[in-house]
Amino acid sequence: MTAIPLEHILILASILFLIGFVGVIVRKNALFILMSLEVMLNATGVAFIGAGSVWQQADGQVMFMLILTLAAAEVAVGLALLIRMKHQYRSLDIDVLSDLKGQ
Amino acid sequence: MNFSPIVTMFYLAALIAIVASIKVVTRKNTVHALLYLVISLIAVAVCFYLMGAPFAAGLEVIVYAGAILVLFVFAIMLFGLREDETQYAPSHHGISMWFGPVTLALVLLAQLLYTINHQGIQQQLSATVIDSKQVGILLYGPYLLAVEIASFLLLSGLIAAYHFAKDVTHGGQQ
Repeated sequence: MTAIPLEHILILASILFLIGFVGVIVRKNALFILMSLEVMLNATGVAFIGAGSVWQQADGQVMFMLILTLAAAEVAVGLALLIRMKHQYRSLDIDVLSDLKGQ
Repeated sequence: MNFSPIVTMFYLAALIAIVASIKVVTRKNTVHALLYLVISLIAVAVCFYLMGAPFAAGLEVIVYAGAILVLFVFAIMLFGLREDETQYAPSHHGISMWFGPVTLALVLLAQLLYTINHQGIQQQLSATVIDSKQVGILLYGPYLLAVEIASFLLLSGLIAAYHFAKDVTHGGQQ
């Protein structure tokens, strides 16, 4: 049982998740959207580690490692897509992607 | 409500993580945001350490702040910074550029040194720590299928990244 109360860990995770969510919604640059997604995934990791440490189970850290794997794969694919987008549209603004069919 | 030193350290690291995350979302310049993202991840790693998960803290620093952020830096170098949002950034390259991240990083460093040297915190942490041995036993026991699926996920990510980033003008299909 850790000395830190679970409520405060969850409040920290919620605030970080909210900041990342607002970033995903507000920013127009696709690179910032990816960074905000990282912040959100990190917040879920905080929640898992906090719960695992409060109940003294290693499951939380196992889930955190799976989240880490997910984040690595997501960033690799996302950045590759951004490189393609930069080549094709000469911009990282997501509004240029609003057409369904390419020109 | 009495604050033990470990809880106070947690609140300080959490505050740094929140401030750095807000900076990540609000910066105009991608490299500045990336610096703040590194600080945010390291602050969260300090939180993990204080929660009694040093293995997760090490993974956070090595994989997140080490590998994934380097991937971001490579991508930003590939994109070329001039055409992005840098025209809105301050043009002077003085102290203001790196003052914020360095200040937050120094606070985190002070926290690290204080935590290592403080006997009470170390005793309290060693009583509650979940070490990597327990995680490994669980990972290759009940969670074996999840590990296999994670390996598939990484392989598919590798293939997708190779496919998408390939230059279509040379040997592509379109």
